[in-house]
Formats: sequence, C-alpha cells, structure tokens
Amino acid sequence: MNTKINKSFYGYIFIAPFFIGFLLIGLAPILYTFYLSLTKWDGFSDPVYVGAANYTRLIHDSFFFQTIGSTLIIWVMSIVPQILLALGLALILNERFIRGKHFFRAVFYFPHIVTPVTLGVLFSLMFDWQTGSINKVLMNIGLVNDPVNWFNNPWWSRIIVAGVICWQYFGFNLIIFIAGLQGISKEVYEAAEVDGATKPVIIRRIILPLLRPVMLFTFITSVIGGLQLFDAPLMLGDGPGNATRTMIMYLYETAFKNFDYSYGSAVAYGIFVVVMFFTAVTTLATRTKE
Amino acid sequence: MRSGYTHTKAVLYLLLAAVAFVCLVPFYSMLITSTHANSEIASKLLLWPGTELANNYNRLVGSVNIWRGFANTVFISVTATILNVYFAALAGFGFSKYRFRYRNFLFLFVLGTMMIPGQLGIIGFYKVMSMLQLTDTYWPLLLQSLYNAFGIFLMRQFADASIPDEIIESGRIDGCGEWRIFHRIVLPLMGPAIATLAIFSFIGKWNDFLTPMIILFDNDKQTLPVMIASVKSAFSSDFGAQYVGIAISVIPLLVFFAFMSKQIISGVAAGAVKG
Repeated sequence: MNTKINKSFYGYIFIAPFFIGFLLIGLAPILYTFYLSLTKWDGFSDPVYVGAANYTRLIHDSFFFQTIGSTLIIWVMSIVPQILLALGLALILNERFIRGKHFFRAVFYFPHIVTPVTLGVLFSLMFDWQTGSINKVLMNIGLVNDPVNWFNNPWWSRIIVAGVICWQYFGFNLIIFIAGLQGISKEVYEAAEVDGATKPVIIRRIILPLLRPVMLFTFITSVIGGLQLFDAPLMLGDGPGNATRTMIMYLYETAFKNFDYSYGSAVAYGIFVVVMFFTAVTTLATRTKE
Repeated sequence: MRSGYTHTKAVLYLLLAAVAFVCLVPFYSMLITSTHANSEIASKLLLWPGTELANNYNRLVGSVNIWRGFANTVFISVTATILNVYFAALAGFGFSKYRFRYRNFLFLFVLGTMMIPGQLGIIGFYKVMSMLQLTDTYWPLLLQSLYNAFGIFLMRQFADASIPDEIIESGRIDGCGEWRIFHRIVLPLMGPAIATLAIFSFIGKWNDFLTPMIILFDNDKQTLPVMIASVKSAFSSDFGAQYVGIAISVIPLLVFFAFMSKQIISGVAAGAVKG
C-alpha cells in the first residue's frame, strides 16, 4: 500500500513540466498583459498606473470596432464556401466507385500545411494588378479588357483574403468530414438502399443528421481560429480604408509597430472578450437546435 | 440507366479534377514565374519555364540570407518538436497510468488551456522574456513546447487505449524505476502517437510567424517565415526574387508532404475524431 502511494506521486512529477511551462510562459504573460493594460507604458520608462483609461479608449476606438467587423465579414465569407466545398467533396470521395481517393485527398489537403505567410505573399503577387498572373489570365481569355485593381476595392480585397483562407482550410475540413462519414456504419446505408431510398434522400435524411456533431465541432473550432486570422491577411495588407485589417493585425500594429504596449494590451483583452462572446454565441445557437 | 451512371461519374471526376487544379495551379505558377525576368513577369502570362532562375536567385541571396533562415527554422522546429513530443508523452503517461489526487481536475485544466486564444498574452510574453533577458535567443520559442495541451490529450488517449497496465506492473516487478519504465517501455510503445504529434508539432513550428518576429531582432537568427515577410517588403518591385523566395519556402514542404501524406492525413483524421 505504501509503495502504491509513492508510485502515484510520480504522476505529479510527470505532469509538472506542463504546469511549470504554463505558469511561466502561458499564465504569467497573460496576467502581465492585464497589468500593462491598466498602465501607460512606452516600452522604455517604468509603466505608470492609469486605471481603466486604456479600456475607455478602447470602447471609443472606431478602428477597433472596424477590425471586429472586418474579421467577422472575412470569417463568414470564408467559412460558408469552405464547409459547403468540404462537405460536397467529402460526399463524393466517400463513394465506393471513385478511384484515386488518396491522391485527391492529398492534393486538397496540401495548401493547409504551407506556411500562411508564404501563401499571403504568393497571392498578393498573383493578384497584383499590374504584374499578377490572375489579371493576365482574365485578359487573355477576354473576360476583362483592362487589369482589375483588386486591392483598391474593399470588397475585392475581402473576397481575396476570404478566398485564400477558404482555399487553405477546406482540405482540412474535408479530411475531418471524411473521417466522420467513415464513422457511419455501412449497414445504415445498405438498409436505406434496400428500402429503395435514392442518393439525395440518403444524404439529406441519413448522412447529414449523422454528420451533425462533426460539423458542429468544425464550426465551433473555426470560430476560435477564424477570429484570430493574422499571418496571411498581414501579407495581403490592410486593404483600402483598412477593409481587410483583422483584430490580431490591429493588436500587432498597435503594440509592435507603434510601440503602444499598454494600449495594445487592452486591445488583446478586447479581442479575448470578442472571441469568447462569439464562441459562446455559436455554442448556444447550435445547442438550442438540438 | 447505365449511361446516366457513367455521366454522373464523369461529372464527379471533372469536379474533383477542377478543384485539384485550383489547389495546385498557384504553386505551378509560382515555380514557372520564379524562372522569368521581371520584364517578362510584368508583361505577359507565363505558362512555361524560363531561363532567369539563377539571376533571380542571385539577387535574392545577395541581400537576404535565406538559407541561414532555412537552417534556423530546421533547428528550431526539430528541437521544439523533440521537446514537445517528449514532455507531452511524459504528461500523457502520467495522466493515464497514475491515480493521484485531483487527477481529473488537473486534466480538465490542461484541456481548458486550449481555449485561451494564443495572442492574449503576447505582449506580456515579450515583456517577461525581455525581463529574463531571453529576447533575441531561441529559448522563448523552445520553452513554448513545454506546454502543449493537445499533445497531452493525444498521448493520454493513446496510453489509455494501447498501453496495458500489466506491462507497467511487470516492469515494476522486474525492478525498473518509474523513469526507466517510461523511457524503456512506454516511450517505444507510444510510437504511432509520437509520429502523429511530431508531424503536427513540426509543421506548426515551421510555420510559426508572430513569436519569432517579435522575439528575434538579429537578422541572422531569424526564421524562414519572417524572412519571407521581409523579402516581400525589401524586394517590393523585384517579383522574380520574391517568387524564388516563396518557392524555397514551399518546396521542402512539398517534398515532406509527398513522402508523409498518408501519415499526415490519417493523423488529422484521428485527431479530429477523438477530439
């Protein structure tokens, strides 16, 4: 009995690195950021306590609210086609007669592992209005006569950013949907086929309801990820009138380009509240429908 | 009936091929464009390889030490992955096989840390690291690998399902200490979970951008993604050099993926179903 207690003590030792790491690198910086958000600090002299002044500034900061709006717009414009595309292709690739399944899955998934910064640079080059290949293609096939200045138009800019995000993430969702589809037992389909159900009926009445938990999982995780978009949008720029500036880009610009660390800290907590709010809303909205 | 079936099949294949084309064509365009002179890039649509690759490359490496960034990123990614996998396996094993007090609460706490947005503490992280005089070193990037809630979750799931308690008991009877049991018995058995976590950890670290950008100042210490971002601003009108830079960043991933795609994809699927 005595040895049993001694052994279970090792459990604490084995999990200790996580907690030490979290306290030092995770929690301490988060608390310190909160402290900084209550100060005025230029990065050189000592921080001066100013109470809630940074938060008062934050709730009157129209730039901040604009970035919330832009982030949400870009998120919605990327998540809707992303899920539809992933779902459609997952259903096709789940068919028994399709060959080359692994090849297609691999090709669709590849954009997801490429460095987001690189993708941002690649697409900013491709959509460059004077030298980009997209305009060259459109002019060659005669769709447009003059090059389109994509990044001069707020909606084109947002569509491009959302398109890049969609292009990068649909393959990831596809793999998850395929895993979900493979979790549905073969007997369910076979029983439906025996009963004479057509393919569209099987999809609508059987597959989609059974896939619901997987889709909710994707949706909720994509809220957390989508509201924190940063790398690729940063490379595509702020857009005209800051139309494509995301919340994290604003945090980065405030803290690490304008060196306003204390206000940047308040922005970080503002973003935290926004992310938590929308995560809660999505979770509740999907739960009430159950 | 029969021809309708073939029609549907043809349409479905066409759709799959079209999406595959959209996935690959930007990379093809990147490779092709990187071999042309700026005057050609600006004036026409390029579909076939050109002859200017060496010139573009020389202009790029003449002012950006991109292979140094490449080596730095390899070093950071490999070291961080080893640390990450080791400590995640250790903690996952601890949570799986030892019955200590508050175990479930502590495990929920670990999972709870996954809900915290990554950038919440980034300013404080920078400040704490500069107080510890660790800015402009790789320590902050490596220390981050000590805590990885997803890794612990994955390792615990695997240990619960695939490492029988009897093996650990028999190790104890043979006189192994707990550390020795972990290193000699458990760690080798965790192979498949380690491979999955290592792949994700490596890709995540390879693509990491914000943390190295704010922590590292010296250009020679910088990572590849940060260098790519600086190439964009430094070569704003030299498109050929920019294309060579992003090609250098994409090609290793392409090769890596060509060999590992089966493992990567089954790892994503497994992680998602368990999550």
